[in-house]
Amino acid sequence: MLRYLKPVLFLACLAPLGWLVWRALHSALGANPIETITHNTGDCTLTFLLITLSVTPLRKLTRQYWLIGLRRMFGLFAFFYGTLHLMTYVWLDKFFDVHEMLADIAKRRFITAGMTAFALMIPLALTSTKWSIRKLGGKRWQALHRLIYFSAAAGVIHYIWLVKADLKKPLEYAAVLGVLLLYRLIAWIGLRSAAVDKVRVSEG
Amino acid sequence: MLIKKAEDILSSEITPKSLYLNRRKFLAGAALAGAAAATGAGLRELIAPSTTVFAGNKINGIQKSPLSTTEAVTPYKDVTNYNNYYEFSTEKDEPAKLAQKFRTRPWKVKIDGLVEKKQELDVDAIIKMAPPEERIYRHRCVEGWSIVVPWIGFSLSELIKRVNPTSKATFVEFTTIFDPGQMPGQMRNVLEWPYVEGLRMDEAMHPLALLCFGMYGEDLPNQDGAPLRIVVPWKYGFKSAKAIVKIHFTDKQPLNTWNISAPREYGFYSNVNPNVDHPRWSQAKERRLGEFLKRPTLMFNGYDQVASLYSGMDLKKNF
Repeated sequence: MLRYLKPVLFLACLAPLGWLVWRALHSALGANPIETITHNTGDCTLTFLLITLSVTPLRKLTRQYWLIGLRRMFGLFAFFYGTLHLMTYVWLDKFFDVHEMLADIAKRRFITAGMTAFALMIPLALTSTKWSIRKLGGKRWQALHRLIYFSAAAGVIHYIWLVKADLKKPLEYAAVLGVLLLYRLIAWIGLRSAAVDKVRVSEG
Repeated sequence: MLIKKAEDILSSEITPKSLYLNRRKFLAGAALAGAAAATGAGLRELIAPSTTVFAGNKINGIQKSPLSTTEAVTPYKDVTNYNNYYEFSTEKDEPAKLAQKFRTRPWKVKIDGLVEKKQELDVDAIIKMAPPEERIYRHRCVEGWSIVVPWIGFSLSELIKRVNPTSKATFVEFTTIFDPGQMPGQMRNVLEWPYVEGLRMDEAMHPLALLCFGMYGEDLPNQDGAPLRIVVPWKYGFKSAKAIVKIHFTDKQPLNTWNISAPREYGFYSNVNPNVDHPRWSQAKERRLGEFLKRPTLMFNGYDQVASLYSGMDLKKNF
């Protein structure tokens, strides 16, 4: 299943980029192409973060445990689109003006939040190999990869802080993220009480 | 007798070729409409959507103005497909579609408040008050992008002089139409409706402040504020109220819509000022649509002649 599905999904994950490049080549990015590219890559980053975060709930709720085999790919695509989004800012928006960018990071809280979201993805991308899991040990690796919760939250806050008046779209992302994090909270509470029960049983 | 001399030809009649290409595309599109889906024209529309615009009627007898800039005019297609017009939508490419059926006639403008004679004027009577002039102005949005537009209208002062405000009137307030049936954006409370903007009397009387009803030699397209708007080129774009139905003279500083929405971010004056940042982003530079690199933003958007209006004022406080 996974063997055939993965290449298909891989190509599907590249489709947003393909669509963007296609429109760029046909001068169909609108009056402000750089703004369109910035918004598009930003949307893709958040979407892939949320897709990555839905793998675990989905596989547990549907008992389709093989879905775990897709999680790393989605996560790396989030990092990929995040890198493109950052590059749009660094290259097309600031034109490599380091001084201006540092001032932005310090002064503009939506930039600070966005940079935080990206920075938190770097260790996750770097330790995405099987070798890293072995080297770190499952528990430590898992603990490290919980950074994705904070990265996604920072990404959504980055979006909320940048819009002028219409919060509809960033709040949609926030709502989905809220549900995905709530699932984990409930699962964690469930696990804990199960563990407590176990202890009680063994003591009794 | 009216014979057009070469120098009377307006730059807007020459420059934006895209307008004419656009029309051709519109005609071609209309001819092909039936077969569109089958022939793949549907895909073409998907790739380059909604660049068609209802071309307005040509305005006759337009005079050139010494107040115009000689900078390159932004293509018509961009000015009519990239609109911040929240009454229709918060997406910039939406007003071009959503405003197509907006009714701009009959249209009355109420003149009230501190004036000698309160009255309702027909928009066509207002348009005839003075000869139409082409004013090619820089237009700087608070979001950090800018365009150059050949507006058509005459100085707002022409109207104000004719309606005789009393000596007590120190501010003018402009109200945009409220009609959620025609303006779907007004069905959501993104901003407080109707949209209200205001100017100090001396700002409104400045010759640069334009009462506008056309652009690119034609009637104003609906998505650009038809049938009547103001253009205040030294202030951020949101100060230039669109689709005006009421002009109210008052002795109190009006509360403008964006100021109500976020008082820390949008002041009453909102003069273009590269030294006063928006709390969330820098205003030092801007992207002129069609250009790759950003250019520095100029004080008062380059309209230094208004500086005397604000002498002695702290523009950091009165942002």
